[in-house]
Parts: sequence; C-alpha cells; structure tokens
Amino acid sequence: MREFDYQRAHDVAGAVALLDADPDTRFLGGGTNLVDLMKTGVERPARLIDIRELPLDRIETTPEGGLRIGATVTNGDLAAHPEVRRRYPALAQAVLAGASGQLRNMATVGGNLLQRTRCGYFADVSRPCNKRVPGSGCPAVAGEHRNHAILGASDHCVAVHASDMAVALTAFDAVVHFETADGPGDLPLTDFYLPVGDTPHRETALPAGALITGITLPPAPVAAHSRYRKVRERASYAFAIGSLAAALDIRDGVVRDVRLAFGAVASRPWRAAAAERVLTGAPAGPETYAAAADAELAAARPLPHNGYKVDLIRNLVVAVLTELAEETPR
Amino acid sequence: MASSTSSVITLKINGEKHTLPVDHRTTLLDALRERLDLTGTKKGCDQGQCGACTVLLDGRRAVACLQLAVAAEGREITTIEGVADGERLHPVQQAFLDLDGFQCGYCTPGQICSAIGMIEEHAAGWPSAVTEDVRPEAGPPPLTADEIRERMSGNLCRCGAYVAIVEAVARAAETHPDEGHATLAEGTKETVA
Repeated sequence: MREFDYQRAHDVAGAVALLDADPDTRFLGGGTNLVDLMKTGVERPARLIDIRELPLDRIETTPEGGLRIGATVTNGDLAAHPEVRRRYPALAQAVLAGASGQLRNMATVGGNLLQRTRCGYFADVSRPCNKRVPGSGCPAVAGEHRNHAILGASDHCVAVHASDMAVALTAFDAVVHFETADGPGDLPLTDFYLPVGDTPHRETALPAGALITGITLPPAPVAAHSRYRKVRERASYAFAIGSLAAALDIRDGVVRDVRLAFGAVASRPWRAAAAERVLTGAPAGPETYAAAADAELAAARPLPHNGYKVDLIRNLVVAVLTELAEETPR
Repeated sequence: MASSTSSVITLKINGEKHTLPVDHRTTLLDALRERLDLTGTKKGCDQGQCGACTVLLDGRRAVACLQLAVAAEGREITTIEGVADGERLHPVQQAFLDLDGFQCGYCTPGQICSAIGMIEEHAAGWPSAVTEDVRPEAGPPPLTADEIRERMSGNLCRCGAYVAIVEAVARAAETHPDEGHATLAEGTKETVA
C-alpha cells in the first residue's frame, strides 16, 4: 500500500477545503470498499480526509413528507430507522440484503453510492481494465462476464454497479446533495451515474472535489407498498446476480402508480422507465407485468455467458409485482 | 501543507488507553495483534469477507481488517479479551463452551464478538434480510434459527460448526437478552426515537 497522509475533517466546509479537488486525495467514510481497494493497489491515494465525524449522521423527515438522509449515516442505521422501514420498506430491505452486519455498521450512505464495481478484472491490477487504466482494454467482454451487464454497457466496459441500496433509492427518485468549494449542488440519482460510453473511468457526474452531504427521498405514497428482491449465488452475504426494487399501487384492478428499478444488470442502478410506462393505467395482472418487463428488456444486449439475466429479471418483475398485487389492501 | 504518513495515536481498548505511533497504513487488526499483543482477534481473509477479526466499535460489531487504526482513535474498542466480566465469562462465551460452538476455534473470537453485537441489534428492534415484514408496526422478529443464520452470515467457520454456533447464539440470546454491549442503546437513540 502506498503511504498516505491522514486528516480528520470536523465540518463540511473544512472537508471540502482540505480535499481542494486534489485527485490524489480521497474522502474516507467507513472504508469498507476504499481500504480494501488500497490493499490491492487499485486505489493509491496520497491523502485521506476522514469524514466520519462530520455532522451528517442524521435521518430527518422533510416538511413535504419525505426523508433527508445524511451522508455519514451507516448502512446499519439506515435500515433500522423506523421511518425508512415505514415509508420505503424496499430501501430497508435493499440495505439489509447487502454485505454483512459488520460491514453495514461501518459503511456509510455516501460511500455506498460511490462504491466501485466488483468486476474481477477491475480488482486485479495485473489485468487490463478501462475503468482502472483508461484505454487499456476490457478482458471481460470476451472473458469472465457471467455476472456482467446486459443493459447500457459498451465495448469499453461491461461491469455492473454493486450497490443494493442505490437500486431502491433510484426507484424512489432520490436526489443526491453535495458540497463543493463553489457552493452546494444537487443531482437526481438517475443522473448521478454517467453512461458508460467510451469513458467507463468517469463514473459519476459529481464535480471534482465534491463531498456528498446527503440524500433526499421525495414523498412517495406508493413506496409504502414496496419490496426489494435480490437473487444471488448463495443465501446470504453475496453480491446480486440480479435484483429488483418495486412499488405498486393498484385501485380497482388498474395500476395507479408503480416504481421499478433493476440491480446488477448495468453500470448503474437501472430505473425501468419503459416498463413503468407500460404498467401505468394498465389492468393489473401477470400478462401486463410480463409485457412491461419485455418493454424494458428489449434494449438488453446480453453477452455469451449472461443471457440468463434477461429471464431472471423478467421473472423477478412478474413474481414481485404479483406478490405486491396480492398483498394490496382491499 | 505539511504531510505526514504516520501519527501517534491513543486507542481505547477494553477500557484501557494505549498510546502508540502508527504508520497510517496500519489496520486496527494489525495494531491489536502486532503492536499491542492482543492476539485474540484473528486475521482470516484480511479483506472483510470472513469476520474472524470482528470487534466492537462503540458497541457495534465491525471488522478490524478494514478499519484503519488511525481512524479508530477516540472510539471505544472492545475485543474478545474484554468481553468477560473478570473471571465470569460473557454469556455468549459460556454458551459457545456449553454447546461446543466451535471445532478448531480460529473463527470463535470473531463469532462471539459478532454475536454480542448482533444480540444487541436484535434487542434494539433491527430487522434482517429474512425478516418477513420490516415495517416497525410488525414489531421485532423472533430470533429464530433462520434469523440467526442471516444475521451471523458475516462470520465464516471453515470447520462448519454452524449448527452448534446457531444453538449457542440462540441460548445466549434467550437467557441473557440484555447482556450485549450497553453502548449500543445510546448509539441508536436517535434512530429508534
């Protein structure tokens, strides 16, 4: 590991000033991803700014009826919070589906959004990787890609985003707040992660030197009736091979409101807007759910070894929406 | 700006203060084992996947291999050496002994620290990934074997002593539901209010 300087920030302005847009400096939250990547040499910062003591560890209800979640709230506290569990149960379920109890107690909300892909080529510094070393190539396209992207990828990178939490946040229209030396800013989570294109090393639209300060979830009555379903290769403590955050509001047999986002299928959490359009106003039922999934998955471009994800996601959409419909209070 | 790659830090471990110079690259795990002779905390994978290095930070379970020592300054660190009350074993330790919750014993300190933290999380009403209904109105889920397996999934046992580990954790939770770490309740006050 490269030697590094370490400093603690005590307020947001101080943290941003300390970073000073220095590309060799990283903010340190829980460290569950960053420290691991520093050990393997993927990350080689010269300086860490520890932000764990910043006053960003609160979850508050907003006057509109949503939630404001601080960037240093731990994943464990987020999933345990009564208002998260009451208003956005799929978010609590998504967080609980990720990592282990120990890691959730360390990992922060801001860090979870910025976690890096678990693509084996990205993690192995002896291999080429366009995300790690721009222009070096992507061995996954013709190599080990069973758990790689089927949507929105390019020839330059087919890695998937690993977060469960961000999938639920994407379904619920979360907005990311950040602070820079020039002042604060906001980004809807759907615009936060950049398209892959030929620049897979540029992952987010955060300005250089920005510190994520929190997330706002707008009020969404439909979210109270929501679910996160994660499929993985063992029962617990593994990354998804496919996941779904879904919320459904049915009245008189017709879909009044619906939210759908897919995980582990793209370089970012995938909001299924085309599927939502098919569903909204349509009669509730498995045929409609399947047609909606097909509308979204029409854009899928599976690789030779990950075509199963198309069926997996389609089945998840039908199964979870059917469950939510059956549980709709009459 | 002056830059330094090491610091003199003071760590509070099991109620005792230890002052030591550390290279910033030092993990809490290596500081405990290599610098402070607290070798109860074990190094397994060293990448956050096995749970052998689980300790309690401010009463919450965490893996010491991904925790930089310099960033642990100011926090209450509890290791397996600090969970007993003098000669009286912690109820989770006693249950592991009584029910043979181990074979080779290497993962055991991490299992025990993790179980202590987990029992507190459950007592505070935290749901898990196998909790049927996570809404607070549903109330806390009973600590079934399935709940224990899910909540303890961050601790691997290569001997496969899981059956007895689950039994030991269940017995400790049943017989001593509030003998985890007192600091957790304080830490979660905001979130459960």
